[in-house]
Amino acid sequence: MIEVNHLTKQFGKFTAVNDISFSVNKGELFALLGPNGAGKSTTIKMLTTLLKPTSGELFLNGYNVVKQQDSARKSFGIVFQDPSLDNDLTAYENMELHAVMYGVEPASMKNRIKELLELVELWDRRANLVKTFSGGMKRRLEIARGLLHHPKVLFLDEPTLGLDTQTRNLLWNYIGHLAHEKEMTILFTTHYLEEAEANASRIAIIDHGKLLTIGSAAKLKQDTHTKTLEQAYLKLTGKELRDEEVDPHEAWRARQRSRNMR
Amino acid sequence: MRVMFILWLRQIKRYFRSRSRIVGAIGQPLLFLLALGYGLGSIYKSAGQGNYLQFLVPGIMAQTVLFSSMFYGAMIIFDRQFGFLKETLVAPVGRLKIMLGGALGGATTSVMQGILVFIISLALGFRPHSWLMAIIAIGFMAALAVAITSFSSGIGSFVQDMQGFQAINQFLVFPLYFLSGALYPLTHVPVWLRIIAEANPISYTVDAMRWSMLGVSRFGIWHDCIALLLTLVVLIAFGAMRFRHIEA
Repeated sequence: MIEVNHLTKQFGKFTAVNDISFSVNKGELFALLGPNGAGKSTTIKMLTTLLKPTSGELFLNGYNVVKQQDSARKSFGIVFQDPSLDNDLTAYENMELHAVMYGVEPASMKNRIKELLELVELWDRRANLVKTFSGGMKRRLEIARGLLHHPKVLFLDEPTLGLDTQTRNLLWNYIGHLAHEKEMTILFTTHYLEEAEANASRIAIIDHGKLLTIGSAAKLKQDTHTKTLEQAYLKLTGKELRDEEVDPHEAWRARQRSRNMR
Repeated sequence: MRVMFILWLRQIKRYFRSRSRIVGAIGQPLLFLLALGYGLGSIYKSAGQGNYLQFLVPGIMAQTVLFSSMFYGAMIIFDRQFGFLKETLVAPVGRLKIMLGGALGGATTSVMQGILVFIISLALGFRPHSWLMAIIAIGFMAALAVAITSFSSGIGSFVQDMQGFQAINQFLVFPLYFLSGALYPLTHVPVWLRIIAEANPISYTVDAMRWSMLGVSRFGIWHDCIALLLTLVVLIAFGAMRFRHIEA
């Protein structure tokens, strides 16, 4: 369902993603782990058409992501790492806007929006402006929105960041339901290793733009001769701290700007 | 069409939900009307030119449309900063539709601001020479508004922050406005200023506005219309081209 072949992305001289290949099967829950700045978000940006790869090929639902952008875009839903809602619209209006942009049939649109808002328990708050929502409510709304157009593939970039335990529990139950019963393919990133271990059928660990390993949590532990996923992860990626907020794309643009000014 | 409509509607809803924006965008033209209209009115009269407020109002209406349409580009920068831009860019919709839907929404709110200034001007004593003709001015405002919102979409798609955007406002749009004949007649100005004004698309919009509201025109209404149409086509093309390369 997701196929990544020799994917590389360079920003100037810096290589953010370096010759990564993997594939995710239909109905699989797949975790992409790695320290800050490892290349997770850059990979997701390329898979979701927001960035063009320097080289390599990407397929989603059989569509070439670079050459068949619109078909690929219809195939996936995404919950971004940082918020992407319009705060000056209501919850319902945010959903409606998304439904129209993704060509959801007007006849079924209202029911679909109601169904999803009820699922994330926001139906009662549908007429409230999003700016009055808490972080967790916004996240729930974004997840409901990402599912609106019946995507075949769902990307979740740190979906549970900053959420309370109740919300995380509700969320993972539903995500599991989507993967197992609806056969939706789900690729997510997280810094909570226990979430990856509990939910993902396979885990890929990347660091410095390179794919280090791929396999089930049990296999990763076995390969590294460790007892927990965290030990395995630290053994693979090392214990040194990484700089927060390493967005290579942003850093590259900043460098371009300062060069232009000189 | 549905997509463009919902993106248009988004701008309209946001406009009516932001009272501070409506009031803020009225403040500047009101200041110009009061300070210049009353401040320079007597000098203008003693120079034998007649009623300055009458002369000034079409120019101030054009100003209102010009600056609130430029502000639309800042909205794109805010959309990027608040993350909403990504949501539109991963949607299976052509960039041109996204650009035009939003720009038409921004243009509609700009024209509403222009009409609001017109109503305020009536309270200050302005009278159009013919009410029927004054309605045509809405068309000219709309053309200017669509041209400038397209332009500012293009700017907003590659300028990353408000500072950069303000610089373009300061060094391009303000000069274009002040050198356009919106505030003073171009009959007695130095030759260099007249040449600049005649190459300036804003001059023709202001002139067209004056033609419809006062019945007088400097360049001739057909020249105005051709210049306005040309501006519209060039700026929509500019906006569409820049917006194609937009990155979240």
